[in-house]
Amino acid sequence: MILANSLATPAIGTIFWTTLIFGLLLVLLRVFAWKPILAAVKAREDSIKSSLEAADDARRDMERLMADNEAIMKEARAERDILMKEARDVRDKMIGEAKNQAKTEADRIVEKARTGIKKEKQTAITEIRDYVAELSIEIAGKILKENLKGLPEQEKLINNLLDDIDLTRN
Amino acid sequence: MTGKNIFTTFILIIALLVLPGSFALAQEHSEEGDSHASELHEEEDEFDPGTFILDHIADSHEWHIYTNKHGHHVSVYLLVIVYTKDKGINIFSSKHLAHGHVYEGFRIMEEGDHKGQIVEVDEEGNVIEGKLPLDFSITKNITAMIIAALLLLWLFVSLARSYRRTGISAPKGIQGFLEPIVMFVRDDIAIPNIGEHKYEKYMPYLLTAFFFILINNLMGLVPVLPGGANVTGNIAVTMVLALFTFFITQFSGNKQYWGHIFNTPGVPFWLKPIMIPVELIGMFSKPFALMVRLFANITAGHIIVLSLVSLIFIFKSLAVAPVSILFVLFMDLLELLVAFLQAYVFTLLSALFIGLAVQEHH
Repeated sequence: MILANSLATPAIGTIFWTTLIFGLLLVLLRVFAWKPILAAVKAREDSIKSSLEAADDARRDMERLMADNEAIMKEARAERDILMKEARDVRDKMIGEAKNQAKTEADRIVEKARTGIKKEKQTAITEIRDYVAELSIEIAGKILKENLKGLPEQEKLINNLLDDIDLTRN
Repeated sequence: MTGKNIFTTFILIIALLVLPGSFALAQEHSEEGDSHASELHEEEDEFDPGTFILDHIADSHEWHIYTNKHGHHVSVYLLVIVYTKDKGINIFSSKHLAHGHVYEGFRIMEEGDHKGQIVEVDEEGNVIEGKLPLDFSITKNITAMIIAALLLLWLFVSLARSYRRTGISAPKGIQGFLEPIVMFVRDDIAIPNIGEHKYEKYMPYLLTAFFFILINNLMGLVPVLPGGANVTGNIAVTMVLALFTFFITQFSGNKQYWGHIFNTPGVPFWLKPIMIPVELIGMFSKPFALMVRLFANITAGHIIVLSLVSLIFIFKSLAVAPVSILFVLFMDLLELLVAFLQAYVFTLLSALFIGLAVQEHH
């Protein structure tokens, strides 16, 4: 096959023009097409990527904020509980103290009253005794005025009586 | 528009392009036969499918469109540029050389060893044997290639401009169709084979090669002007493309690559001198395979389509035509796949060879 042979023989002119056309096409497309196209596509991909990353970041921030909020809430709740407990304690303490104080005061008042009463009683007893003594003396004097008419027995009796009276007692 | 609709439209367009084309091709030859009939009565019934097919897949100095009833050829005549030592550079229209005419001492051989080639003739019209004049003509293939190149330029420069206009918004219009292919070349051919860090440098070549092969493959399937030229089925064209890959590979080769060729690792020292020629052969067989693969695949497809058309003339029956046309339609669809496949394979292997040359030792 002569013709088939010519098909498989590269022609110099075709080689020349193909090199020229393809080379030129390569240079022109490289400058005016591939670079801007690939750059644009890359820019778009980068922008999509960075947008996705930004969205991801935002989501993560949001989550962190929510977690923070939760923690703050928890803390606040705990603090409130502590405060409430403290308040309760203070109240209980105050009530207890007040109670104690009142009791002490009452006790003191009662004691004072008791002492006063005792003192008054003593005074009264003393007064009564004095009065009784005066009265007795008066009565005794009156009786004596009647009966002591020089009887030696009587005089003896009087002296005995006088000995019995203990002046240290009141 | 849904994907299915686009696909249907695509198939319809292809069918519209292919079917009338097949008729035109068939008609063309039958009329050509008639025109020859006036001159060669005894050969009227002779149909040589081999010649018919090879005439159609070979390069030509004119772009034949059709031959009318009166035997007039309607062709686009192209520029002939020939160089000889004696006559220097001669530039003229191929119209002067049509039908075996002699012009300025040149003619196109119609028979024999140099069929289709320009030869020098003396005053008596005898072919001067020996060295052929250097033929730098703008042939049918070159013209088709220029059209394809202009088409690519227009397509992708306007694409680049549309990117400048739309900025980083979602792709639309022509971007939506071409961007996935560009991305495919980047993400499925360049990055996996060359690597994330080095692929960018080779993207322009890979993209240009891919789309250049693809568009020429596709235009080769269209039977009428500006299609119908067998550009990627021309061994010189595929050779140049393979040489581009070859030189890019060699110039990208790092220490590791050359070390692998001249000091193959993991081989006993006495084997190393033997490995050098083996590795050198490997260096050249890779682009050689690229060249032959593309040439053979595209040429084979064209030969099959033309053979199926030839059936009509071999059987000399119109009844064969529907069968032929159905088969041709099937083949054309297959060739449509092959057009994409071969563009992909060429680019993929180019990327692979470049990747081997630039890979770092692990």
